[in-house]
Amino acid sequence: MAAAPASAAGRAPVSAPIPARVWVAYAGLALLLALLPWLVGGVLGLGNAWLRTLNFAVLYVMLALGLNIVVGFAGLLDLGYIAFYAVGAYMYALLASPHFGLHLPAWAILPAGAALAGLFGVILGAPTLRLRGDYLAIVTLGFGEIVRIFLNNLNAPVNITNGPQGVSGIDPLAFFGVSLAKPVVVAGITLLPLAATYYVFLLLALGVVFVTLRLENSRIGRAWVAIREDEVAAKACGIDTRNIKLLAFAMGASFGGVAGGLFAGFQAFVSPESFSLMESVMVLCMVVLGGMGHIPGVILGAVLLSLLPEAFRYAAVPVQKYLFGHVVVDPESLRMLLFGLALILVMLYRPAGLWPSPLRKRELKRSGP
Amino acid sequence: MSAPLLDARGVAKDFGGVKALKDVSLSIAPGEIYGLIGPNGAGKTTFFNCLTGLYAPDGGGFTFAGAPLKASAPHQAARRGIARTFQNIRLFAHMTARENVMVGRHVRTRAGVIGAILRDPRTRAEEAAIARRADELLHYVGIADRAHDLAKHLSYGDQRRLEIARALATEPRLLCLDEPAAGMNATERAALRTLIAGIRADGVTVLLIEHDVKLVMGLCDRVAVLDYGQLVVEDVPAVVQRDPRVIEAYLGAAPDEAGQGGAGEGGHA
Ligand SMILES: Nc1ncnc2c1ncn2[C@@H]1O[C@H](COP(=O)(O)OP(=O)(O)O)[C@@H](O)[C@H]1O
Ligand SMILES: [Mg+2]
Repeated sequence: MAAAPASAAGRAPVSAPIPARVWVAYAGLALLLALLPWLVGGVLGLGNAWLRTLNFAVLYVMLALGLNIVVGFAGLLDLGYIAFYAVGAYMYALLASPHFGLHLPAWAILPAGAALAGLFGVILGAPTLRLRGDYLAIVTLGFGEIVRIFLNNLNAPVNITNGPQGVSGIDPLAFFGVSLAKPVVVAGITLLPLAATYYVFLLLALGVVFVTLRLENSRIGRAWVAIREDEVAAKACGIDTRNIKLLAFAMGASFGGVAGGLFAGFQAFVSPESFSLMESVMVLCMVVLGGMGHIPGVILGAVLLSLLPEAFRYAAVPVQKYLFGHVVVDPESLRMLLFGLALILVMLYRPAGLWPSPLRKRELKRSGP
Repeated sequence: MSAPLLDARGVAKDFGGVKALKDVSLSIAPGEIYGLIGPNGAGKTTFFNCLTGLYAPDGGGFTFAGAPLKASAPHQAARRGIARTFQNIRLFAHMTARENVMVGRHVRTRAGVIGAILRDPRTRAEEAAIARRADELLHYVGIADRAHDLAKHLSYGDQRRLEIARALATEPRLLCLDEPAAGMNATERAALRTLIAGIRADGVTVLLIEHDVKLVMGLCDRVAVLDYGQLVVEDVPAVVQRDPRVIEAYLGAAPDEAGQGGAGEGGHA
């Protein structure tokens, strides 16, 4: 506690010295993230299902951070975000599967998927530039559905997406000739596929976190927030709101594209079903519930909303058996019920999210004399 | 008079039946403080909005520093060197005062996504210069001590100053102030007057909409009067103050009483 000098906040908050306890927290977090597969698999004995859930949680962190750029920073409500995840996923599925007989490497597909998703972001953004709030939400919702419907129907006359059946037999993720489908040996330690995948996902997610943090604290990031706060004033400050908004759509979408590619390689199967409106809503909930515009909050939201529903599902049967002697509500319904209840409670009691940006802390800082 | 900095020719703007501006022509010389007055609803703010590209005029147009201004392109107006404040303060409420001013530097800086991610020396230097300039400007308008407060937590008068600092951050040649004294007390008004005079002394031309007649007449080199969207008169304050049409349309009182600023909604705030 002693390491928080009140006077250091003055000149340049960006380069202010980081207190020791923050370093300790970071080190603890890093250790936890590094050991997580062992904790989940070994210590807690939760098994592979939970490792899979963990990997999905990391993917959702990427998605939520991408959507946060559009919704949290630039203040543009997007209900079709999952379309970009779909674009990335299908990009990978079509370029690395027996469907077309193409087997391009992941290092080539993932960036291409990010770029294509970014392009889709611009395509979505361009016609919606003058829209805000409800109107924008409706258009983006339509966009998300259109993409899904296209994926569903692009199997005739030329079979591109294989329609509702989806694409299966997708090549597993492989980097530098190391496939994540088989156990990976690193420095004498054997990593099972799910654990190896976790580390790859984690690495990429950390990259996304890094990029988002840097963007937030930059000329572009300030322009996004300025548009969110007051678009007219932003224009009067010389911000080309059209380009800056398109940039937000493209950046956010590209994160979704990367996550989609990883998803396809991880699942070895994609179908339009995975990209429903409910998924867009889920990612939006992660952003809003965690704390719109605040990166740590968004990460927390993504992790909680990926893990808690699974936990409910596992706990639902034993808990009910214990309480009532038999199962009263089926686990799936109960899961959604509790999820809805949690959302309502959080929005009622913490309208700015579970972990909002520390505005109050910031405003208490005074510049030096 | 040297070549004008701003030349408005026949500017007209209609809002469905309401002719907010009718054929307004005026020109502002470099280095002037030019006042624009008139009763509420006369079209002053609409003139600003057309000038700064928020509205496209329905007729006429502007020439700025010798070249025509593109209609309805606000960010280009800023780039050309026209900055403004708003009658209803429009700050970035959830950004700090300093960040507000840093946003004003956007148009004079270049760092993009790649620079932001890599934070190369050039970007870092630019970012440091942005922060430094923001601090200077906060100091310049006298709110350096509020740098890390959220804009929305500043007092009314400080918010108006912050808007001026943000506008100055765009390095304008013409600064347009829309009722900057509204809601200020006498002390704040006196400080504002000094500030505007200082801005002009630093080489920025000022276009000032203000209801406080004393402030306008004391500060401006020339004053134009709008009434029902029409330019009634344009002259030095001493002449404008005595013009019968002006007295009738706006001042609504004999010249010696006009100094009380009776017409302004912010006059006695
Ligand atoms: N966006 C708008 N839409 C419709 N009418 C407007 C708009 N802006 C201004 N007006 C009208 O134009 C006239 C001039 O308004 P304004 O320029 O705000 O006057 P002033 O700033 O001189 O008080 C008023 O009658 C006002 O109602
Ligand atoms: Mg007005």
